Parts: sequence; structure tokens; C-alpha cells
Amino acid sequence: MRTPLSVRLFQSLPRTGWLALAIFAAVAWIAIPAAHLLLPESSPFHVSAYTVTLLGKILCYAVVAVAMDLIWGYAGILSLGHGVFFALGGYAFGMYLMRQIGTDGSYGVALPDFMVFLDWKELPWFWIGSDSFLWALIMVVAVPGLLAFVFGWFAFRSRIKGVYFSIITQALTYATMLLFFRNETGFGGNNGFTDFKRILGYDITSPQMRLVLFGLSAALLMAVLILGRYLVTSKFGRVLAAIRDAESRVRFIGYQPTQYKLAIWTLSAVLCALAGALYVPQVGIINPSEMSPANSIEIAVWVAVGGRGTLIGGVIGAFIVNLAKSFFTVSFPDYWLFFLGFLFIGVTLFLPNGVVGLWRKLRGRRPAAPETETPAPAATTQGAKA
Amino acid sequence: MSTAMHDGIASSGRAGDSHVLRPGELDLSHKVILYLEDISVSFDGFKALNNLSLTIDAGELRAIIGPNGAGKTTMMDVITGKTRPDSGKAFFGQTLDLTRMNEPEIAHAGIGRKFQKPTIFENHSVFENLELAMKTDKRVWKSLFAQLSGEERDRVSDTLKRIRLQTEADRPAGLLSHGQKQWLEIGMLLMQEPRLLLLDEPVAGMTDEETERTAELFVSLAGQHSLVVVEHDMSFVEALGGQVTVLHEGSVLAEGSLAKVQADPRVIEVYLGR
Amino acid sequence: MPLSLPHLLRMFLLAVCCALGSAHAAPSAETLARLTDDDSDTRIAAIAELGAEGSAQSVALLDALADEALALTGAGRLVILTDTGALDAATGEAIEPYPDDADPLMINNRVRNALQSAKAATNIRASDRGTRLAAAQLLRDSASELLMPILEPALAAEQDKEIRSILALAVARVNLASAEPAKRILAAQRLGDSSDASVKAMLATLLDKDAKGQFIEPDTEVRAAAKASVQAIERRLAMADLASTAFTGLSLGSILLLAALGLAITYGVMGVINMAHGELLMVGAYATYVVQGLFRTHLPEYIDSYVIAAVPVAFLTAAAVGMLMERTVIRWLYGRPLETLLATWGLSLVLIQSARVIFGPQNVEVANPAWMSGGFSTYADIVLPWNRVVIIGFAIFVLLLVWLMMQKTRLGMFVRAVTQNRAMAGCVGVPTARIDTLAFGIGAGIAGLGGCALSQVANVGPAMGQGYIVDSFMVVVLGGVGQLAGAVTAAMGLGLMTKILEGWAGAVVAKILVLVFIIIFIQKRPQGLFALKGRFVED
Repeated sequence: MRTPLSVRLFQSLPRTGWLALAIFAAVAWIAIPAAHLLLPESSPFHVSAYTVTLLGKILCYAVVAVAMDLIWGYAGILSLGHGVFFALGGYAFGMYLMRQIGTDGSYGVALPDFMVFLDWKELPWFWIGSDSFLWALIMVVAVPGLLAFVFGWFAFRSRIKGVYFSIITQALTYATMLLFFRNETGFGGNNGFTDFKRILGYDITSPQMRLVLFGLSAALLMAVLILGRYLVTSKFGRVLAAIRDAESRVRFIGYQPTQYKLAIWTLSAVLCALAGALYVPQVGIINPSEMSPANSIEIAVWVAVGGRGTLIGGVIGAFIVNLAKSFFTVSFPDYWLFFLGFLFIGVTLFLPNGVVGLWRKLRGRRPAAPETETPAPAATTQGAKA
Repeated sequence: MSTAMHDGIASSGRAGDSHVLRPGELDLSHKVILYLEDISVSFDGFKALNNLSLTIDAGELRAIIGPNGAGKTTMMDVITGKTRPDSGKAFFGQTLDLTRMNEPEIAHAGIGRKFQKPTIFENHSVFENLELAMKTDKRVWKSLFAQLSGEERDRVSDTLKRIRLQTEADRPAGLLSHGQKQWLEIGMLLMQEPRLLLLDEPVAGMTDEETERTAELFVSLAGQHSLVVVEHDMSFVEALGGQVTVLHEGSVLAEGSLAKVQADPRVIEVYLGR
Repeated sequence: MPLSLPHLLRMFLLAVCCALGSAHAAPSAETLARLTDDDSDTRIAAIAELGAEGSAQSVALLDALADEALALTGAGRLVILTDTGALDAATGEAIEPYPDDADPLMINNRVRNALQSAKAATNIRASDRGTRLAAAQLLRDSASELLMPILEPALAAEQDKEIRSILALAVARVNLASAEPAKRILAAQRLGDSSDASVKAMLATLLDKDAKGQFIEPDTEVRAAAKASVQAIERRLAMADLASTAFTGLSLGSILLLAALGLAITYGVMGVINMAHGELLMVGAYATYVVQGLFRTHLPEYIDSYVIAAVPVAFLTAAAVGMLMERTVIRWLYGRPLETLLATWGLSLVLIQSARVIFGPQNVEVANPAWMSGGFSTYADIVLPWNRVVIIGFAIFVLLLVWLMMQKTRLGMFVRAVTQNRAMAGCVGVPTARIDTLAFGIGAGIAGLGGCALSQVANVGPAMGQGYIVDSFMVVVLGGVGQLAGAVTAAMGLGLMTKILEGWAGAVVAKILVLVFIIIFIQKRPQGLFALKGRFVED
């Protein structure tokens, strides 16, 4: 008997998982919008625009962290260049946002300001279609997806792995950053894109738009978590984990590891790109520094802090690190890098399984072993809770 | 060898019993499952294999012995596609050129390999190890939506019984004893349903009783499968009872029954030193 | 005053006569009168006369005019104003009383250039070689036909080879405008010895056609000579270009090598992925900065040798930081490369922020000592900066040091033993833990040496190391892990390639192309240039 896919999707999460998602959805889609729009600013429960934007930004980061966990935690591929996919997704959507400015720019012409500044007379060929929302969505997926596919195809085919792969991905994001820093590349050089005005004709700065983007980020995160859970509990996920643990054995029993890695790698890149596309309208700017190697390696730390190979760990890590970042950079800017640096060191030395691993250990359970499809642990979790 | 071997579609040489094969299918029309001809492999000037020629018949159980550095493991690397030979031919059946295929393709065509050091997926359960090895469509898209059918579950349980790990099915494989890991790897090999099994020191680290049972298993497999066993343990080789090939410095030194090769003065010299 | 060609020619001939006839006499009253003329051409001719004449009084006049100290009194008398009084322009005698109504003569840029040439013409006979050389160089670019009477005898009299060749160019340049074809041919041939792009452009004008399609230069032989000379200059310029590209490439290569050598030990030999390697370079650079500061305050008379003192200090400081890193963090992560990568990245953040807190977020100034600044010129006017030359030498020195240490010392032997078979080395009594620390310390110290060298050619700031980490890994990876020869080849190859591509496509595109090249290269040869092959390489 074959079980329908929808049922299997449903079964891939334990009941507590669905409950947690439901609570999360209620908070993100009902509680926070209500607290932002309906409560007066004087109320202690009012959620400010700053907070909504900050949380929306972190939700995008969390998506990136889950995408990273899929390849690092489950397939053993550490990418130090995931920022490039995030940024490319952002740029692809940013192009649309730039075109939506229309003639409201500083020069009052249809061309984006930076092009006027460069004395360009018309849009370069790769900007064709950028005024279409649908085309922007296609580009958000297609450009980073294609880059990841081509890069991965070359790298995995030559069996580049481990640290070599990590360093090459770092070179990839570094080279792309340099490319985007050039004015002539046609993406605004140093300054990138900013001063967005509208999406689909609606004001981008309105509270409603802010909440829509926030809600979409939350929806994307939930979708990515469900998809990720399905993937890692499927046979596909077990093959990936097998590749992580003993790649040559996988080859000798007849699987092509290259194709498995390529599939998860490209998917992970596309998820990052989607997060990037939602991130840009919320923070209102995209520039090449998003592709700096430091940004990409920070993604790995979110996952390491949360606990890799757990999916939810990426979300937890992204929230811990980024909330700490916004706290430190406001209150103790000099100490932020110290904190981040010691976090890197401390987590790798003392918390190899991250916060989730610590939590499981404290509750007397086996540390984050690769996920198995058995729903039994969920039952024991509930039992332990009760 | 006939030129027909180089074609995707081949027929046997003789008229009369010709038959048509689909590309990639194993052709055993000459009753030979593996041809190695003049294979040479060198690493930085060191000749690991030196014009090695060897044929294995379909259904045969062949033991390979030889001192350290004789080229036994390199030979298996060549057969399974891990190492490309510098020169020579390697054919699986009449038609499949092993030197042009990669590891998964060779595995798919029906050659299974057990490593010297047991390599199993330590973080997966015993059941999952067998499930992953099972002969099925192993492409990405299929894996994404794969579900075990009742029949497939039965096959896994049959193998579990055969390798005596029924009670361990849900334990992580990393927790098994060394001998059990060896058995699990053999079990994975069986799940692949290969035509040819390459077994590199399969009883290393096993108790006497386990070794005995392994020999029994291999003997029972011969006939429907072909087996090539590399082993140092002479009593185990004796228990297998098939033909024995002695490798030395990358080529075949002697071939025949165990008694015959043990009486060969050159073999004695190689083993005892000159 | 109307200006016509015969007029100018007459003045010129007059000037020549004056110059030839009265080389050591005082300037004539007529010449002086023309110095005050309203017309620039007239004044320039008079200036050239003074230069060609070259007497002490003429030189004084030229200097005064250049300083705008030459003045005309209300009575029309030309005087030189000095701090102490006024002198008669013609005789040099003091004038009493001081002429209050003297009005200094103003000069424009054309006149100023003519003054410089004239001054150079007077200097071309000076006894000091340096003065003559400077004068010849100036004349090469600015000599006019008016100065020919002085140039040709000077050329004949000149003994110094370098100055002779420059003067010959100056003469040829003037002769190129001569009315006699023979002189023009000779001049065109002479100019072929130049390696100056402007000379090439000048010769090339002889080959141009005017609007009607006629050659500007009517004589075919002159054109042929000019063409040959243009080609000769082009060849020389191309050679010079190649040579300077090669030099800058080697210079960049040696910087890359210095940056990567430490990594060749920590990563190449020990297998530690040290993302804080760039920060060890930074530590070395800041150590150099501190030593420079100490010399400034305590030993200002020896300031030029601070770099020498900084070398061991940079080594020891970086080595100490490295050993501390190894003991506290890296030691616990051996065999876990990805974790090491993250932890050492954390270390790099801590080091960067420490530098910011201690030395401030801005770049600090590290000056080249006197003996490292400037440069020396070689073939075809290429100037090689001393600091770059010294760095190439220093890279060779460090390379030799590393090689000797790894191959010839007991420590090197232990390090190789531990990295090849830790358990076995331990069994035969090698103190493996201490060797790890020491080896890492040495790798870090060599990074410190690299930082000391970088401080002489690059900015020193808290984030300076970040720019080198990717490059350093590329060198080590490209060269093949654990292969010194590979690292050298890779560094030099990358340096040359970057510079060649830079000349062709610009710096950023060159950088991207190099990275793309490395990515493709690693696809083809994952083990690097100098790979060990064998069945033990994989797994």
C-alpha cells in the first residue's frame, strides 16, 4: 500500500512539532500583527516597527540557517559561501524594487539613480523584464539556483569535499562580491540598491506591507521546516546521511553521490535565495557586503550554536546570535566581535551539538544522532513531558 | 577478445546460440563473468599491478591469496572502478567495459564489494543499512518518494535472519561488534543482489565459529553468484574449497587447487622468503 | 609689435651671432631691452640668447627673471632687486639710491619654460655630473632650435656616457625639425635609441598624412628612418612593459609567498585549517609598528635599522600568539577540520577586535626606512622600488629558513614524523603534544615574518589579515599540500598571472579571473600542482 504524499508530509513531523508550528503561526500571523496595528504605542504589549522588522529579518536568517543545516548537518557539506545565494536572491528581487521606484528617484527619470549617475542612457540587457513581479520571482529562484547547480556540478563531480570545498565556496562568494563592487557590473556598485518605494504599487513603508512581509517570512520558514523534515526523514535523507558518513561505500552500493549532493545543494541555495528576496524589502537595502566571506561563515555559526543535524537548531541559533547581535551593537558595540568570536570557539569546543544537543543531554537523551524516520521518539518525548 | 565486446549491444561469437542483449546488461554467453587482461597500474613508479590477467567463471568461488603488497586490493579497486588502470582490459561478462564505468555504474551492473575494513553506515540502524543497499532504483527522484513495500520489508528481514542480526535491527550499526559489522556488510552485499561479489578479508576479526558460518554462507552462494575472496586465513580458504589464485608483485604467480598451489615451489619461496 | 617670420629669423640669427661672438662677454644692451618686450616670442628669443651665452651675469639675469626679481625702473633702466639693494642688470654694479619706482617683470608659463631650458643650457657645462644630468634630461624634452649652438658643442665635449646619450636625443629632437633632409634622417635614426613613448609619438607624426592625403614629411628616406625608429622604440617599450610586469608579478608573488609560507606549515604539514592565519600576519605587522614606535622615542638615531630589529620581534610575537592559540583551542580539535575552521575563525574575530581596542580602528603608519625608500632605475627607465626588491630578497630568505628547518633540524624531523604517523612517533619517544605546539608556533612565527614584510608595502590595520586569508589558502592548495616547491611555484604563478591579467582587464576582473582559474584548476587536479599520487592519497 502506498501512502499518499500529503499524509507522509504530515507524518514526517511529530505531533509536538505540528503543535509548535501552530503556536508559531498564531503568534506570527495574529498576535504580532494585532499588537503592532491595534495596540497604542503606550501599551506595554505594543510591538514597534523596529521589532517587526528585526524579527522579520531574523526569520529570513532562520530560513538560511535551516537551508545550511540541510547541507551541513545532513550531507556533511560545509558551505562558507551561502551568503552569495542569499544576496543574489536579494539582488534579483531588488532589481524589481528599483524599477518600482519609477520616476520618484532623485533624478526623476525612469532609469535607476545609479545608472543616471554612471551616465548610462538605457537599461543593460540583463535588466530586461525586471519591471515584472513574476519575472523577478523567476529570477530569484533561477539565478542562484543555476549558479549553485553549475558550481556544485563541477565541484562534486571532481569529488572536492571537506575543507577544500568550504574554501572554494568562500572564494566563490569573495569573487562575486568583488564583481558586484564594480560600478560597471550594473548593480549599483558599493551602494547596491536602496530607497525602495513600492511593491506591486503598494507603499513599502506602510505598516500593512511590513506585516505582510513579516507574515510571508514566517510562512516561508514554516514551509522550509516542513519540507526539510520530510526530506531528512525520507530515503533521500538517509542516503545523504550515508554520504556524509561513508561516501565511498555509498558509491559502491550503487548510488551516485554527486547527484544527491547536487540536489540538496541546489535546493539549499534556492531556499537561501528566497530568504534573501524577502529580506531585502524588509531591511530596505542590498549591497555587496552581504556577500562578504564573514557573513557566510556567520551562517555556519548560527547552525553550530543551535545544533546541527536538527533543523530546528538552525532557527534557534539564528535567533540567539542575531538577538545578541542587535543587543550588543546597540549597547556594547566594542564587545560584539569578542562575543561572536568566543561564541565560535566556545560552541565548537564545549557544545558540539549546540543548544539542542545540550537540551537533549540535560533531559537524558542520546545527543543529536542523525534523524531516523521512526515516530517513536516523539511518543517518548510526550511521555517524558507528561 | 572479439571486437563485439566494445559494442553496447553484443552477441556471442558463435552462430547458432546468438541472442540479443539490451545495453548495460550482463552477457554471460561464454560462461565467464570477469575478464582481466594485461592490467597494469603504477603509483609514482611503483608497479602495483603488472600485466595481471585473470578470468573468473560464472558461478565460481575463487580465493585469492598473496603476500602483502601483491596487489590484491588494487585489483579490486580496478574491478570496482575506484582506480583506472594504466593499460589493459577489464570486462564484466562479454560486453561491459569496467574501465569506462564509475563506481555506482559498476555496482548497478552487478558487482558488489566488501572492504578490508568493514565500512557500514554507523549512524544508521542495521535495518536502514540493509534498506539502503537493497537493489532498487537508486536515482535521486525515486529516493525522494521511495516507500518500502511489504515484499521489500520481507527481503530485509530474510537477510537479517541470514546474517543473524534480527534482534539488532533497530540498533545503530556503529554499536555492533566487529564480527557483526563484517556480517552486516556481507548482508548489504546480499541486498544488492550482485552477480559477482568481491570480498576483501571477510573473516578478519571473526571468532572461529563465525568464520565457519561465513565459509558455509559463501559456499551456499556459489553457483547462483560468483565470488572472489581475498583472504590470508588458509583454513578458511580450505573450507571454501574452490580454485586458488596466488598473486605476487602485481601478477599471477600460480593458479589451481589449494593443495596444488601450496606444493608449488615458487609459492613456497614467495611466502617463506628466499 | 607685429610678428612675422623674417622678423623672428632675423632675431634668431642675431642671437646666434651674439652667442658665438661673445661667449664670455656681458649681455648686450640690446638683448636686455628685448627681455622687457611685451611680446613673449621676443622675450623667449632673448632668454635663449642669454642661455647660450652663459656668462655669470647672464645666469644671474635668468635667475632674477625666474624669481620675478628683475625690474624696470621708471627711467627705463633694468635692475635686479635683491634683499639688500638693487643691482644694475647689465653690469651687476650696485645702484644707489634704491630705485623706489622699480616694477618687477611678470612672466607667463611659456616664458618660464624657456627660462628653465636656458638655465639648463647654462648648466650643461657645469662640472658636477648630477647638475649636468638633470640639465640634459630637461633639455631632452624641451630643447629648441635656439639652443642648438650650445647643445652641439656640449655633446661633443661630454664624456659621461649616460649624459651623452640623453644629449644626443635632445639634439636629434631639435634636428628633426631641421630644413635639411639629411639632418632629419640622422635625427630620426638617433631618436630610435630612445625608450620614451613621447619620442615615439613625435616620430610617428612624421608618418602621418595631412587632410589631402599627402605625407606631412615629404622625404621618403626620412619617413623610412622614422618608421624603423618607431618600431625600435615600440619593441623596447614592449620589452620594458614585459619586464616591469614581470617584476611587479614577482613582487606580488613574493608577498603571496610570505603570506602563505606560515600556512604551508600549519595547514600544509600539520593539516590545521587556521582561518586566523591572516590575523597572525596582522600581529607581525603591528609588532613592527610597535618596534618602530620604540625606536622613534628611544633610539631616534638608529631609526633606519628598526626594521632589522622588528624581524625577530614579529616572529616571536606571532609565535607566542600562535602557541597560545594551539594550547587553548586548536589542540582540542585535531582531526575535526570543519570545527577547527569555525573555532579559528572565532579566534580571528577576537584578534581583530583586540587590535582595534589596543591600536584603534584606523590604519597605523609604518614608514619605510630611508634605505628602503626610493628605487633604482634600470633598462628603459623602469624604476624598481627598493622596498619591493628587499621583499623579494626577504621572501627567499624566509623560504630558505623554512626549508632548512623542516629538512635539516631535529625539530623538523619530529614535525614530519608526527604528521605522518602520530601514534608511531609517540611510541618512539617523540613528545607529540609539545611538537604540535612548537610546530604551530613556528608556522605562526613565519606568518609574523610575513606580516613584518607586508607592513613595508601594504596598509597596517586591524582587518588587514582578512584580505590575505583566501589568497594564502589558494597558494597552499594550488601548490599541493605539504609541498614547499609547490607553494613557491603557485605564489609566483599567481603573482605573475594577476599582474598580466591586471594590465589587460583591470584589477577586480583580474582577481575574479584568478579565482575562477583556481576553482577550475582544483577541479582538474584536486591534489595541487605537486601532488603525491598513490592509493593512500584518498580516504
